[in-house]
Amino acid sequence: MSVPMTLAAVLVLALAGFLLARHRALATAGGNPRLLHSLPAYYGWFGAIRVLVPGLVTLSLWLVLQPLVIESRIAATLPPALSADPAVRELALTDIRRLAEGLDIAVAAGALTPGAAAALSPPEARASLAAIGVALGSDVTPEVLAAAQDYRTAAARGAMLRTALTLAAALAGLLSAFRRSHKDFRARNSVERVVLWLLIAASSIAVLTTVGIVWSMVSETFDFFAKYPAKDFFFSLTWSPNFRGGSDLGIVPLIWGTLYITLIAMLVAVPIGLFAAIFLAEYATRRTRAWVKPLIEIIAGIPTVVFGIFALITVGPALRDWFAQPLGLGNSGSSVMTAGIVIGILNIPFISSLSDDIINAVPQSLRDGSLGLGATRSETVKQVILPAALPGIVGAVLMATSRAIGETMIVVMGAGAAAKLSLNPFEAMTTMTVKIVGQLTGDTDFASPETLVAFALGMTLFVITLGLNIFALWIVRKYREQYE
Amino acid sequence: MTDLSVSLPQARPSLLAPSARMRRRNAAERRFRLYGLAAIAVSLAILAIMLATILRDGVSSFTQARLSFPVTLPAEVLDPKGNRDPAEMGKVTTIGYGKVLTAAFLAELERRGIAEDGVGAKKVAELISKDAPGTLRARVLADPALIGGTIDASVFASGRIDGYLKGRVTLESAERDSNISPGQLRLAQKLVEAGMLTSGFNWSFLTNPDASDQRPEAAGLGVAILGSLYMMVLVLIMCVPVGIAASIYLEEFAPKNRWTDAIEVNISNLAAVPSIVYGILGLAIFINFAGLPQSSSLVGALVLSLMTLPTIIIATRAAIRAVPPSIRDAALGVGASKMQTVFHHVLPLAMPGILTGTILGLASALGETAPLLLIGMVAFVDNYPAAPPEGILDPATALPVQVYSWASRSDPAFIERSNGAIIVLLVFLVAMNVAAILLRRRFERRW
Repeated sequence: MSVPMTLAAVLVLALAGFLLARHRALATAGGNPRLLHSLPAYYGWFGAIRVLVPGLVTLSLWLVLQPLVIESRIAATLPPALSADPAVRELALTDIRRLAEGLDIAVAAGALTPGAAAALSPPEARASLAAIGVALGSDVTPEVLAAAQDYRTAAARGAMLRTALTLAAALAGLLSAFRRSHKDFRARNSVERVVLWLLIAASSIAVLTTVGIVWSMVSETFDFFAKYPAKDFFFSLTWSPNFRGGSDLGIVPLIWGTLYITLIAMLVAVPIGLFAAIFLAEYATRRTRAWVKPLIEIIAGIPTVVFGIFALITVGPALRDWFAQPLGLGNSGSSVMTAGIVIGILNIPFISSLSDDIINAVPQSLRDGSLGLGATRSETVKQVILPAALPGIVGAVLMATSRAIGETMIVVMGAGAAAKLSLNPFEAMTTMTVKIVGQLTGDTDFASPETLVAFALGMTLFVITLGLNIFALWIVRKYREQYE
Repeated sequence: MTDLSVSLPQARPSLLAPSARMRRRNAAERRFRLYGLAAIAVSLAILAIMLATILRDGVSSFTQARLSFPVTLPAEVLDPKGNRDPAEMGKVTTIGYGKVLTAAFLAELERRGIAEDGVGAKKVAELISKDAPGTLRARVLADPALIGGTIDASVFASGRIDGYLKGRVTLESAERDSNISPGQLRLAQKLVEAGMLTSGFNWSFLTNPDASDQRPEAAGLGVAILGSLYMMVLVLIMCVPVGIAASIYLEEFAPKNRWTDAIEVNISNLAAVPSIVYGILGLAIFINFAGLPQSSSLVGALVLSLMTLPTIIIATRAAIRAVPPSIRDAALGVGASKMQTVFHHVLPLAMPGILTGTILGLASALGETAPLLLIGMVAFVDNYPAAPPEGILDPATALPVQVYSWASRSDPAFIERSNGAIIVLLVFLVAMNVAAILLRRRFERRW
């Protein structure tokens, strides 16, 4: 039986479990649901869970373990010429797997009878697979073909065993559920326990994601530092990857580009965002606010690739023609200035809506007191409200900084690709995120330091942004004024 | 007393006339207010400029120049064996169809007496898109009965001619362009006057797959829209149940201990991790470790799900928290279990809020580009993915990625397409956001 068929069978059994357990529980109560400990449906769900859990666990365990077991057994039977070197063995196993799967496809498609597939000679095997569109990497040697046939018999036997075991586990669950379904059985409690475990599992996925992020980057980063000295990575002033080897992979120019662009972005976003927030919170009428606030937040909903296009087509050429060329500062449309300004625009709504919330959280009594003493509104804002809201605003700015550092599409399209250490803001420079994209797209070889460096860059980026965020949260928590 | 009157240098100024200091303070006040107004004006102006440039550059991608002329399909060329068997006719390549098309076009021009000095037969043939022979071939193979007769072909004009009709290519720019000559443009002008070259709404922009650098006129968003659709459905299936379950646990059941604290901190930090880091995660775990196929919608959806999960959890928790405790107390009071209280009472009441948050989370996932670049979705894909479920493993691309990959091509015709793709993307986003707003308006409840 194929996997979907087995799955369907388990589902049918689960339905049977639902009906049987519910029926039996009702029967023990003489058909009167009021005598049951739980509502009748809970007995049904108990039956279904008792079938599904063992069935699905067996099935998925088998699906994970079977290829591992078969491959280790096949690898043990391979001739020494193929099994000595791990890389060669891996290639041979891939070939064997492809060949075996191809033969199965051929049988399923009706191009070969099962008997003919078992008795193929190596050249025939290659030809018949080519006929159904399965291309094999290398020539089929007799050893590989024999191993592939072994693989097929083992896989077929495994599939039989898998079906049998899964159904047996599901049936056993059904039986036990049936036996336990009694009017005094606390079905609700046990169903709810399972549901609670599901909920816990779901909330653990967030932690697993973090573990996945860290694990995926740490292992490759260590790989990278084994091939390229960490000292050069962190302190070398040149970045010139060369896929033929002998690259300079210094992170300093990338960090410089990232920070320079972030600085410009913040110079754009913080004043505009903050003043917009102050105006909306302190000056705007209710109606203006109801219109303007959503309009500004539209900016936050626009995908970053659209800002990238804006930088590439509109902002970049405009800055080049109106500022860079007349001032003699450069001829490049993509520049630190372009990317910085556009990232700044992207961050305006972020800063303004966060600051708006924070300013609104400052109690009205502070305003009233200040205005009552004769201060003007702007004096109230500058001398009372902003100091009170400062920790929150600093937190918002730090979070926006972390977003600007991690921004990718705008810098990919607007900042350029040349890693440079320069002060001229109209020159093209590059950032960590650009280089991550550059080193990981296209054909990549995961053994070369030029590819692996992307993971080290990603790790650095992750650590910097995470650090900034934690710092921001800490500031907000530590210096938050407690009113009331 | 006299001392006092001496110490007051002048009489107290009138209450009605502000003092110099007050005037300064009022001026500062006006300035401050003006800064705020300017900040808002600047933000809104930038938004307007951005949308306006996109519309200006992108709307034209929805129209396309087409050449219409009769084509006689000679049986001896297209079906040499003469048995109208599509399998055998398939041996005639697009080159063969291209020759037929060119001959028909030249014949029609001669019949109408349209000619331009210095534009030879080869140059005239360049007016037809390189995509046209393939389209004609597909049409004939689908309906072999057409062979031997004459059909009215309506094929794409080449990208430069299309640009000429849209004003992007001019006689001056053609002087410097190796792909088009002013003579060809003058010929195109004559064709327009003769009614052979027309411009109309271009459905194929929404349905065609991507096309190579040489054929911007044939490039469409079909694969990208399909890929984005697959991914959104998968994100919905994978992310929403998990997100809701996690929020329920954290909000209603979690005891205060280290583990739940760790989860809380994690979720708020995950929401701030740069999206490209999720791309690295997807590349390392889903592709290199788990061996899932590159550029497939499944991997894209997994990455986007992990990215969207914190957003959905945060929104869902807020919605659950907004349900007043009295509801829970009442349910518990009449004997419901904790689980029944949550699933029968709290969750249905929180549902509008959860849905709103989910739609907004999906909208941000729809516009995400960077992580998809790393898992190979930027590759050139000109085959539609198969129908699900197998189709989720086929290579696909996504709307925002298509925007990026067109923007990085050299032909300006692709910039127009890129802006057109943005318009399509924004239409989807606006629709989702409007749905969220309507949902909130319709079901929002004040306790």
